[in-house]
Parts: sequence; C-alpha cells; structure tokens
Amino acid sequence: MRIELIRRPEHSRTMVVLSPIIAIALTVIAGFFVFLAIGVDPLQALYIYFIEPLTAGWSIEALFVKAVPIILVAVGLSLCYLANNWNIGAEGQFAAGAIAGSVFPILVPGWNGPEVMVAMLVMGVLGGMLYAAIPALLKIRFGANEILTSLMLVYVAQLFLDWLARGPWRNPEGHNFPDSRPFDGGQVLPVLVGSDVRISLVFAVVAVIVAWFVLRRTLTGFQISVLGQAPRAGAFAGFSQNRMILLTFLVSGGLAGLAGICEVAGPIGMLRTTVSPGYGFTGIIVAFLGRLNPIGIFFAGLLLALSYLGGEGMQIALGISDQITRVFQGMLLFFVLACDTLIYYRIRFVRTGQHPAGEAKHGRA
Amino acid sequence: MATGAGAVDFPNRPKGEPLLAAIGITKDFATIRANDDINFAIHPGEIHALLGENGAGKSTLVKILYGALQPTGGEIRWKGKPVAIANPAAARALGIGMVFQHFSLFDALTVAENIALALADPPPMNQLRARIEKVSAEYGLPLNPRSVVADLSVGERQRVEIVRCLLQEPQLIIMDEPTSVLTPQEADDLFVTLNRLVAEKKSVLYISHRLEEVKQICHHATILRHGKVVGECDPQQETAARLASLMVGAELRQLQAPAPASPSAPVRLAVDHLSLPRPHAFAIALDDVCLDVRGGEIVSIAGVAGNGQDELFDAISGETRAGTPGAVRIDGAECGRRGVNTRRRLNAAFVPEERLGHGAVPRMKLSSNVVLTRHATREGLVKSGVVNFTGAREVVDRVTQLFDVRKGSPDPEASALSGGNLQKFVVGREFDRKPGVLVVCQPTWGVDAGAATTIRQALIDLARQGAAVLVISQDLDEILEISDRVAVISKGRLSPPVDARGITREGIGLLMGGAHHGEGAAHAH
Amino acid sequence: MEGLEGPLLTIITASTPLLLAALGELVTERSGVLNLGVEGMMAVGAVCGFAAANLTGMPMLGVLAAILGGMVIAFLFGLLTLGLVTNQVASGLALTLFGLGLSALIGDAFVGVPGPGMPKLYIPGLSDIPLVGRIFFAQDFMTYLAWALVIAVWYFIFRTRGGLVLRAVGDNHVSAHALGYKVIRVRFLAVLFGGACAGLAGGYLSLVYTPQWTPNMTAGRGWIALALVVFAAWLPGRLVVGALLFGAVSYLALYLQGIGVGIPSQFLSMLPYLTTIVVLVVISRNRTLLRINTPACLGQSFVPDR
Repeated sequence: MRIELIRRPEHSRTMVVLSPIIAIALTVIAGFFVFLAIGVDPLQALYIYFIEPLTAGWSIEALFVKAVPIILVAVGLSLCYLANNWNIGAEGQFAAGAIAGSVFPILVPGWNGPEVMVAMLVMGVLGGMLYAAIPALLKIRFGANEILTSLMLVYVAQLFLDWLARGPWRNPEGHNFPDSRPFDGGQVLPVLVGSDVRISLVFAVVAVIVAWFVLRRTLTGFQISVLGQAPRAGAFAGFSQNRMILLTFLVSGGLAGLAGICEVAGPIGMLRTTVSPGYGFTGIIVAFLGRLNPIGIFFAGLLLALSYLGGEGMQIALGISDQITRVFQGMLLFFVLACDTLIYYRIRFVRTGQHPAGEAKHGRA
Repeated sequence: MATGAGAVDFPNRPKGEPLLAAIGITKDFATIRANDDINFAIHPGEIHALLGENGAGKSTLVKILYGALQPTGGEIRWKGKPVAIANPAAARALGIGMVFQHFSLFDALTVAENIALALADPPPMNQLRARIEKVSAEYGLPLNPRSVVADLSVGERQRVEIVRCLLQEPQLIIMDEPTSVLTPQEADDLFVTLNRLVAEKKSVLYISHRLEEVKQICHHATILRHGKVVGECDPQQETAARLASLMVGAELRQLQAPAPASPSAPVRLAVDHLSLPRPHAFAIALDDVCLDVRGGEIVSIAGVAGNGQDELFDAISGETRAGTPGAVRIDGAECGRRGVNTRRRLNAAFVPEERLGHGAVPRMKLSSNVVLTRHATREGLVKSGVVNFTGAREVVDRVTQLFDVRKGSPDPEASALSGGNLQKFVVGREFDRKPGVLVVCQPTWGVDAGAATTIRQALIDLARQGAAVLVISQDLDEILEISDRVAVISKGRLSPPVDARGITREGIGLLMGGAHHGEGAAHAH
Repeated sequence: MEGLEGPLLTIITASTPLLLAALGELVTERSGVLNLGVEGMMAVGAVCGFAAANLTGMPMLGVLAAILGGMVIAFLFGLLTLGLVTNQVASGLALTLFGLGLSALIGDAFVGVPGPGMPKLYIPGLSDIPLVGRIFFAQDFMTYLAWALVIAVWYFIFRTRGGLVLRAVGDNHVSAHALGYKVIRVRFLAVLFGGACAGLAGGYLSLVYTPQWTPNMTAGRGWIALALVVFAAWLPGRLVVGALLFGAVSYLALYLQGIGVGIPSQFLSMLPYLTTIVVLVVISRNRTLLRINTPACLGQSFVPDR
C-alpha cells in the first residue's frame, strides 16, 4: 500500500476546523491501545484520564490553574511559529521570568504591599524577553540556528535556577530544603475565583484576545504571516525580517516570562529548583493543536491541562507513571500534524502492484 | 497544409516504420485533462517539433514519453512494438534521452557526477571523465568534468544536459524549450549539434513556441492546443503567422504602439553608477550600472539568465539598498539608500520575476496580496496599524475588471490562479496605482499568448501616458516588440542602451555574449 | 605519558555517543530531511537497549534492541514527514517529546537497576602497549564501531553510487525525481539510518557510558549532535573534530569538579550547552562554507506529481 497526496487547489476550510478534532479522536483511539499494551483496562483508564478530572469542582479549578501558563506560553509561541521563527526555548524563558520576577520578594522580603506585584510582573516579563533576545540576536547577527540556541539556553536556565534555589537564594530557615523563602502578602497573586484560580487567568484571556486582534486585523499581524510564509515576498513588501525575528522572540519570551512569574507567585508561592513540569514544551503542542490561532490555543490549552490532570489521576488510581502524560502529548502532536496535511491535500491509498498505465480511466476529467 | 493527425502523406518525411508512435495518449490530473487522445509519430532521422502554447499539454506529453508520468490511457509504440515506460530509467534503456527545460542538474555536484547519475551503469569516475571530454569535444560542446555545476553559466549547464543525454547513446532525444535560455549565437551552435545528430540517423523531439527557429530546423511539426492535437504540418512550408494561429486557435491581436515621447522628456528613473558587491557565493555583483528612463518610453534590459538581472531588480526596487543615495533616482528624488516603500510613495511600482513567493504570497487571498505592495502607499488601506481588507477587495475587483483576471471565486488564494491570470493580477495590482515609474521583470514569462498580448499592450499604453517603463526580460521577441531602447546586461555590467528600431536579434545576441566590454559596442549599433 | 591516559579515555568515551548520533543525522540531512527528534530517538534507544540487556542478560541483544528502538520511532517520523509531508521541524519536536515520554514510561521499571557490563575488547599484545594500547586497543566494541562508522559513512557518501544518489536527492529533489530516482524511498532509508545511529548512541549511554537507566539521561546530547552536524558542515571528517571537542569539554567539567575549584557544579554542567552556542555562532559566521555544503533541499517536503 502506498499513500498518495493530491494537492487541493485551495485549502479546505472544513478541514481547518475538523483536523484538530480528528487528531484528538485518533489520540484517544491510540491511547486505547497504549493502555491495552501496558496491561490496564483501556476504558477505565480513558475514563480516569479524560473524564474524571472534569467531574469535580476542585479539579475543574485545577484545570484552569494548569491551563493559564500553557496558554500564555503557547500564544507567544504561535506568533513566533507563524513568522517561521522556531523558538523552542520557552521552558528556559519561563524559568528566566520566574527568576527575574523573584528578585524583589527574595532580596527585599519586607516589601510586600500590593505594588510589589506590579514590579514582580514587570521583572518577570523583562526577564523572559531578555532571555529570548539572546537566540534572536544570535540569529540576526550571526545566522545561528535559533532552534538549537534557544533549546541550549533551556538547560542553562534550569541549571542556573537550580544553583540559585540550592545556593544563594535558599531560605535560611528552610531546614535545608532547596527552596526560597515563601512569598507573602502582595508578593502572591490575588485569587480570582475559588481557592486557586488567580488573576493570571485574566492575563491569559487578554493575551488571547490581543493576539487574535493583532493577527487578524493589524499590519503587524499581516507582516508576521507574510514573512512566515514567503520571506521573499515580505522583503518585497518592505517588511524587515530581522525586526520580526526580534519582535516575535521578545513577545513570546515576555509571555513565557509572565507565565513563569505567575507560576512562582501563584500556585507555587516560592522559587524552587524546578518551577515547571514542562509547560514550555507543552506550549509547543498547544500552539499547533490550536492551529496557531489564539482562540484555538485557548481551548487546546485547556485540553492539554486536562492531560496533566489525567496523568496525575492515572498515577494515583492505577499506579502508572505520570510520564504517560508526555506520551499522550507527543501522540497528540503527531496526529495534529498528520491531520493538518488534510487541509492542503486529499489523501488516497493506492494498492501497489497494479500498473497505473494498464488501466484506462477516462471518468475523472 | 496542416491537417488532422496522420491523414495526409508528407512527401519530405522519411518513410518506413516510425521510431516512436503515440496512440490515443490521455492524461488526467485531479481537476484537468492535460492530454486528450494524442496521436503522433516520430520517424528516424527527423527533427520533430511539438508546438503549443503554455498549458497546451506539451510538458505532460514529454514527461509521459520519458516515463516520468504514467498516462491514464493510450499506448506508446517503440519501433512498432507497444511498450510501457514505467520510469525514466526504462526510457533511457529503450534509447530515449531528455534535455530538460529547467535543467535537471544538481548544483552542488560536479559535471561528471551529474552525468553519472543519468547513466544506468556508469564506468569508474576516471573513465567517465575521459569519455565526457571525448564526447563533448566531438560535438563541439566543451566541458570540464571536474567543474561544479553551480559555477557554470546557463549555456554551459545546457551543454551538461546534452552531453549527459548523448552519453546514454539515445536514438531519440527530447528537448524541452532548449533555446529559451540561450543567446542567438549559442542557439546557432545548438542547431549545428542537432544537425550532426540527425546525420547519424538519430531523431529529435523538439518542443518550442519559437516559430522562426522551428521553421529553420524542424522537418515535421505536431501542434497541440488545450491538450489535443489540432494539426500537423511541414513547418518549412508554412508561414510563422499560420503556425501561430494554429497554436493559439485564433488570429492574435496586433500590438498598437504609437511613437515614443520626444527625447527631451524628463528622466523619471535614473540609475547612476550603481555598484553592489555580490550578496552571497552564487550571486552576481553589479558593476557601475548607468541607465536613464524617460517619461513616455519603454527601455528593456536583455540578457541571459543569471547575469545580474535579479540583483539589478532588487537594487532598483529597494529590496537591496545601494551604497549611495544618488545611485537610484525616481523623478529626481535620491532614494538609493531608501527602502522599497519609500520608492513606492514616489509613485514607482515594481513587478518581480517570480510571481509565487516574491510578487505574491501563494497561500494568501488576492486581497491580502493587494495589501502586500500597497500597505504603505497612503491609499487608506492601512489606518493606524489596522488593515482595511474591504478596501483591498475593491482593488481586487478593479484589477479583475481591468485585466480580465479569470478566477473561480471573488477572492481566491493566489496559488489557485493559473500562471497567466496571476501574472495579470500582479501586473494589474501595480497599474491600478497609475505609477509614474514601472519596473517589471519577465512580464510574460510562462503565460499564454492572450495574457501576454494584454500585458504588453498595457505596458505600451502606460508608457505613452507619460510613465517611464523599464522591462527586464530574456525574451528577445518580446523586447523587440515593445521597446523603444534596449540595453544588455552581462556579468553584472550594463551596456549603453541603443535605439530598438535599428537593432536585430543578432546585434543583441552579440551584446548578450559580453561583446560590449570593448570593440563590440560599435558592432551593435 | 601516564597522566594523559585518563583524560584521553574520558574524552573518547564522552564523544562516542555524540559521534554516533551526529553521524546518523548527517546522513539523514544529506538526503534533505531535517530530523530534530535525535534526542527522542536516543532516549528510546537507551531504554530499549537497557531493558533488553537487562531482561536477557546479553549486552549484545541490548545493542540490537537499541538500534531497533531508534529505527521504529524514526519510522514514525518518516511516515509523517515523507508520507504525509508534515512540517519537519514540528514533527521532529513531536518525536523528541514523544520519545522522552515513551522512554520514561518504558523505563519506569528499570530506574535504579544496575546495568549489565559491556565487555571491553582485549587484544593480546596490542592492548598491552602503554598509553596507545589502552586508548586504541582496549575500548568497548561500540567505540570501535563508531570510529569505523565514520570511515564507512565518509566512503559511502563520497565514493559510492548510493552516496551520490543520496547527495543528489538532498541537493535537488525535483531533478532527482525527473531522472527517475525514488526520492521518498531514499529519504526514508536515510531517516531509518539516522534512527538506527541515534538508537545506538542511546544504547551506548545506558549500556556503556553510565551504565544504568535514568529518565532524561540523554541530557540534551541529541540536540548537541544536531549542532555538531552544522558545525561539521555535513562532512564526516569534521564531525570527529567536533565530537572530540565536546568530549574534551565534558572532561574539563569533570576535571574541574574533581579538583574542587570554587565553581558551583551547575555552572560546570552548563559548559557543553554554552559550548554548543559558541560553536554554532562561530560556524554560522562562515557563510560560504555552509552555503556550499548545506543540502539545498534540507527541511523541504517533496510531493511528486503523478
């Protein structure tokens, strides 16, 4: 058997909507077999993974808590990817934002009025932006591949964070745990609803709406798409590739940094050796699952947050490693990419062995 | 007389069994039938022309004969026996060789490696190099087997293609538009080689839309239109006009070209001692280019591809900036250091060679492609950073009407248009602004005759209304048809422009070969 | 003389996995395919190798399992990018995420389990020569394999017809298709070779280098291997230089840690990653070298007309 692709004259608008849904369905089906392979009841496992987290109030709250950083990261990354800039170092920019944002609460612990939060957020955003500027500038100035440089900086940021949390920023009263002093007062993000959904949800929603407007209606958004799809045409339109590299990296770094400080000033409440269970990488999947569209990313972010909760649920209920989450996320991205092909191509399966010249079909003119 | 396929004897044609016969060849693609019941035969020792417009189905047919595509229906007979040509290797094994229009060469590999790739069972490299040197000398096609293809000129690349084909010892050589990239002198050299092949009783299938050269060298012609054979003839017995009307299916509209403006009209576009280093290893440096284009005239730049045309276009449009402000002047304003949008605001307009990916974004709607070149021209398409796509759609409608752009829906993606219609859109998008200076590269490359006539007439009309029009083209017929003055670019240097009325193809050809760097300049006048 | 032995051995062992993975990716990229999933393929190779060796007690079966594991998930990548023309960059990232997750899931049962030792080859006489003998003739066989593979790949790419076709497909897939070469098939084979090499590199980590299994034990080596291919300008010989350079950096980090200089270990651990960035910047400045050697179709999808 052979797969044949037939190019559609124009992209299919139906498939634009349908392809993520098909991808999710295929992931669930593949998940069925994965569970079968590791020897658990697939239906029970799928229920625990995908449905159970949606049945309790606290877990729906947890869903939004997890979705916020993922959405913030993914919105920024989508701008990068649309412009054909492959920032895959959001995990590092996330850490950089967390570190920079923690400067005041750790070094000036007494400053805990409400105004310190503004300073922390600004620092977080700046930290992420500056860290993302490194691969951008290396690409602009030297043509160094941004995929590799941005990824290498993830390891560097994580090691630096590890050093800070174990070394100079460790809480002297913390019984030797590698944590900073806990944030308090105005150093902690205000709660919006429930016990854990914080004001950062508003940031995520605003980021989604602004990004949607920029991409849909503004010249900047138009520049991003043109330079991403056809750099030569972008130059002909008088758009600057280098400016766009810097801009998209700064925006995505800033948003990742914002997510980072919101995480340490929110659910975590202190700086630790690790501040993210891979949100920076999950953001990549979410950006693609949302078809690089901010509205789509919002829903994709919720889905991937569900996959974290489902993984935790699996570990508790069935004793399966929570690494199952990453397997699911990887499979989902595979299927999303495969289904995107349907937007531009029709797919035909051809049985090999028969000679095409032998058959004289005249019907399909 | 031209008649339906195979109906009449042609007394001058070699008799006997055809070398290759196509019987009822049909090829369907997803949405179109590219070949429809095609019948024709090639005899031994004959140069057989396959004539037709862009999109008539010539390329599809030769790909089928070469095994690169499989027909949907029909049969190919080789020396009388039905054969299935499953792939190009099978074609080569039969004795069919091919010289591709857009060369099928590998830039990063050497000449010998390129040739080895086309041989079923190549000898060791040392022997192969010796054979290449021998064959290329025999046929007057000098080549160094150790050269890397990226470093070769267009003419040399074609030599590689031909020598590669000859080393396969084919009985039939298919040549797809072989002279479209050559200077007239290089084309004459090619014809000598072809005559040698025919003398050895080899056959040539010669695909072209250049009627004069078909009349000059071909023994027999099959004419395609809309995927069907519409006639065959002995081209030496026909007039070019008659062949053209067979190809196009109607009499072509004649261009109306009133006299150009007086030589005292103001210079609207000036290029003044423009020099640029080459941007990368495979590019051409511009060397002291000087040119004035006055309002009311069309000046053309002829030249073989890869002699600095792209670099010159980019420098004039502002995609590449010149070293000094005075190097490019539009209506007297110095803009050598300014970008493309500043130049557009000076009422200049630009149409690049590549439609898809340079002049237009393939996967974007036509309205977005209007915004592409007109977002900064203060026409209200962008207000405080927000794009007015409704206004852009109105532009699409105007262009559609003005240039008769055929499309399936009101605002399709650029890639959904045919080459000719997209070219009309890309040109029309700039005409809609009523530019004072227009620079256009290859205005009718790969478009059908109807669209070509429309575009050429529009260029002439624009100039006669007072605009300065600069055309960069490799199509000498086009240049001679529409230009008032002609200059030639060669290795990044531009010859002084000469009056188009006094010049011949051969005169331009000498300049294209680089003769103007010295005594040759006088020869061209 | 004696003092040199330890450092050289460390450098060679540290550079071997990088060399193996990069060599496979070099062949893949020469065919025009950019597979960013090296890290994921290495992780799967590492866990498959460790699991197989552990369950059977036969290290050789572990090596085979590592190769097979890398190939299986490289096959997935080939199916996506070549069969369904998905974006190669995104698919490579997916492969890495999936591979790291899958390996951690499979390896859950093997964390903390001691690995089976890989016997070192001992050649009587030769291995006894001081310094030279220990370095060149008393390594584990995978190290020899890696070095033999460098020569084999060089010979294949530049001296055989298969290598010529590989380069042709990577340089211009339209021309290769027009001449009748099966572009997709050539690329698929190149992707599988890349997977096999990455899997082997992973197996080296879990069977020889550490030897044990821990999640994320590849620690970015797959990405460094990708950078090495660029550094080498797609030339196998230069790859050796790059791999040894990184081996030396690893040794330096270990050495400095060992003698107890006042630098925190985290900063020493950053060295390979920072070196990667520096190396990329340095090589990227040499645009002519890259322009001449970069496969022109790298990362581009190909859909033949039919």
